[in-house]
Amino acid sequence: MIGSSIKRREDPALVTGKGKYTDDLALPGMAHAAIVRSPYAHATVGGVDVSAAAAAPGVAAVYTGADVEASDIGGVVPVGWLLPGIKTPAHPILATERVRYVGDAVAVVVAESAAAAADAAERVQVEYEPLPAVTDPRGAADEGAPQVHDEAPGNVAFDWELGDRAATDAAFEGAALTVKADLRNNRLIPHAVEPRACLADWDGTRGEHTLRMTTQNPHLHRLLMTIASLGLPEHKIRVIAPEVGGGFGSKIHHYPDEAITAFCSMQLGRPVKWTATRSETNLTDAHGRDHRSLAEMALDAEGRIVGVRVVTHAAMGAYLSTFAPAVPTYLYGTLLSGQYDIPAIWVRTVGTFTTTCPVDAYRGAGRPEATYVIERLIDLAAAEAGLDPAEMRRRNFIPADAFPYQTQVALAYDSGNYEPALDRALELADYAGLRREQQRRRVEGGKLLGIGLSSYIEACGIAPSAVVGSLGAQAGLWESAKVRVHPSGSVTAYVGTSSHGQGHQTTFAQIVADTLGIDIDQVDVIEGDTREVQFGMGTYGSRSLAVGGSALARSLDKVIAKGKKIAAHLLEAADEDMEFEDGSFFVRGAPSKARAWGEVALQAYLAHDYPEGLEPGLEETSFYDPANFTYPFGTHVAVVEIDPETGEVELVGYTAVDDCGNQINPMIVAGQIHGGIAQGVGQALWENAVYDENGQLLTATLLDYALPRAHKLVSYRLDHTVTPCPHNPLGVKGVGEAGTIASPAAVANAVVDALRPYGVRHLDMPLTPERIWRALRNGEGS
Amino acid sequence: MAVQIRVTVNGSRHEKEVEPRQLLVHFLREELGLTGTNVGCETSLCGACTVLVDGRAVKSCTQLAVQADGAVVTTIEGLAGNGGLHPLQQAFWDEHGLQCGFCTPGMIMAAAHLLAENAHPDEGEIREALKGNVCRCTGYHNIVRAVARAAEGGGS
Repeated sequence: MIGSSIKRREDPALVTGKGKYTDDLALPGMAHAAIVRSPYAHATVGGVDVSAAAAAPGVAAVYTGADVEASDIGGVVPVGWLLPGIKTPAHPILATERVRYVGDAVAVVVAESAAAAADAAERVQVEYEPLPAVTDPRGAADEGAPQVHDEAPGNVAFDWELGDRAATDAAFEGAALTVKADLRNNRLIPHAVEPRACLADWDGTRGEHTLRMTTQNPHLHRLLMTIASLGLPEHKIRVIAPEVGGGFGSKIHHYPDEAITAFCSMQLGRPVKWTATRSETNLTDAHGRDHRSLAEMALDAEGRIVGVRVVTHAAMGAYLSTFAPAVPTYLYGTLLSGQYDIPAIWVRTVGTFTTTCPVDAYRGAGRPEATYVIERLIDLAAAEAGLDPAEMRRRNFIPADAFPYQTQVALAYDSGNYEPALDRALELADYAGLRREQQRRRVEGGKLLGIGLSSYIEACGIAPSAVVGSLGAQAGLWESAKVRVHPSGSVTAYVGTSSHGQGHQTTFAQIVADTLGIDIDQVDVIEGDTREVQFGMGTYGSRSLAVGGSALARSLDKVIAKGKKIAAHLLEAADEDMEFEDGSFFVRGAPSKARAWGEVALQAYLAHDYPEGLEPGLEETSFYDPANFTYPFGTHVAVVEIDPETGEVELVGYTAVDDCGNQINPMIVAGQIHGGIAQGVGQALWENAVYDENGQLLTATLLDYALPRAHKLVSYRLDHTVTPCPHNPLGVKGVGEAGTIASPAAVANAVVDALRPYGVRHLDMPLTPERIWRALRNGEGS
Repeated sequence: MAVQIRVTVNGSRHEKEVEPRQLLVHFLREELGLTGTNVGCETSLCGACTVLVDGRAVKSCTQLAVQADGAVVTTIEGLAGNGGLHPLQQAFWDEHGLQCGFCTPGMIMAAAHLLAENAHPDEGEIREALKGNVCRCTGYHNIVRAVARAAEGGGS
């Protein structure tokens, strides 16, 4: 069962339209909310006149920030990760004095229908006095830049560094070769196809609030609602994740909108639903990336890296989103060693406030940015040194016998074996043949061929809790799982993760069925409901299997250990002589002395013929706190063709060789990689969130923001190596973000590789035909 | 000023009064309770709301309910006819052609239109036919395989 590509149990409902997403749900008496948002990037707010809206047909109520302040709810959105010296300006769920980005919420209209609410929302009159905007992460720190928050002078939210600066500077002084680049990591909009939504159902008689919402982490949302937004006791809030239509990070974060909807329901005493429009999601779903980095690499005469130095400005947007401070620091700077043995690294990250949508974790979260920096630098170095990019990487890999390996940027890689993945990727892509074809075209003409490599480290399943706590996390990063064995031997597993497309109903059931030797139809998996499931941390950061699956494995071990005691009693044998295999408890060396799984499960609940002192029942819970991150890795090869006349670029081949350790369901693993590749290719070639100088989002619809579509992509060639994680029970590593981490650098390297004969060293993403066309004519590029 | 429309949806005839501005997708979801058709962008750019109107794939967020007067509409709930799975639904399941499932109903309906017009499309034709439908999870790889597999099995 473990290791087999069984079809997903989720799918029969989803392919027939029976899956129920939040917006599909309705409750008796339900009203609909529409949120009034600032059309200005930065403005002071004078009066808010709601009278016309309140008088509109079908309107039940209109609320402003003043109503929130007059109530007894907390009314703010907190930050979940703190750094030394960080500035954490208050983020009210409805702005009262000042708005700081287009989309900042100022009022909410509740009406009998969604259409009536939307109509009336247009009648809310807000007096704005516009202020100057600032949108560039580096420009925000310039002298004289407009100030987003009075308490953050120079717009600096934090100024963070990691590594040994003096040693790194010394490495650069003695280097035989140095390369330098000013890199922009383009701002992205996550675009889960399901917009965010919340159905809030307040029960005033019991003082209980039920929130069905688009969430990747129901327990975290409940906790943040309790401590900051609503102030209700934690046990009086129930957060349920119905079917969730993709997240990619955007549904981790705690936003004002869901709290506003909950507030409306409490005020009106009736269920209230809010569903974002696509423009609202583009304006308000936390964006990703948006870095400007001055990056340098120093090498010795043999092409070995001796130092890496990076100064990054990372946009935080108007307010600090839930985990935003962690993304360009501990999820980024720590990854700057990549797959390479680098003796000196120093990184400084300045997080700046801008009058834009907040930026937070988006698929990969810091690691695609780090991979982009290191993989662009190593290609620049290879070109300068006259080495093949594959050889350049090979020369610098951490050797297989050097693990565990302590990097210069805090992480200790537990395992790795990078060269076989590179070799396999080169073979699968026919790298030698591609280089020959490239050479042929460079002589004979035709479309330009570019080949790009990206050798990445993922570092996921962030842990252990004590360490992340010391780095600023305001949460633990363990995971929980409970295994409830029913008297008839079937099993319900309760996991603290929260699937939104990852197939947990299948993968986790495979683990249970395989471990207990029972049919998978005897196993159900429950998640995404704070009343059903013990506290859990949710699904993000490629953590569900490595951390949640480990918790499940631990709970299963406990169940088996207890089952052995019950079986030993029935067989009049010693506990320590019992074995369990294929659903049977038996005495070691005497397999005929056995009790079947079902008999033992039943006896656990009958407790008639039962070990003295042992509690009845068969139900075990584990809270698994990993010893370390897991470190998936791999090499991707992208192949592009460029029309030298028009600058048009086409992805023509993509090969990925990944190592996520042992695989429970290879079909689901491959699906995660496919999707990740597409998102990363999207960043490299098309996707770009653009604000103008007034802070207007020019890409607020899908007409202006180019998502990857089927006809622009190819079928991917995949293979894997297997280097099991040495510190978790299943030997598994994360895989959800691998594709997105590797692919932007692979594609960007391929494009620059194609353009090298034209004198182009670097081009910023997205690599649009216009940028390429200009570079073809000007060399050097933008 | 409601308007009377007659429409056949998944084989059932409906006579309803609708607001002239009501979109077909809202009629299907709110009046008929057919929530399998999802709304992803309200601007006909993501394709999540794709249904068949008189056999043609239509983005139901960009058509008014009154425009469907007299039409035959098929949604994901009615694609297979009497229970079971349509070959496309089966192929999407077999080939892992979905993850979160939100785009899937629209994707399958767009594919159904393709196979009705071209029973044996090649990969390029499948990709071209699905370019109006966004999937953020699968990278399209397995969706393309699923449509090809359904076509091999005879399609719709």
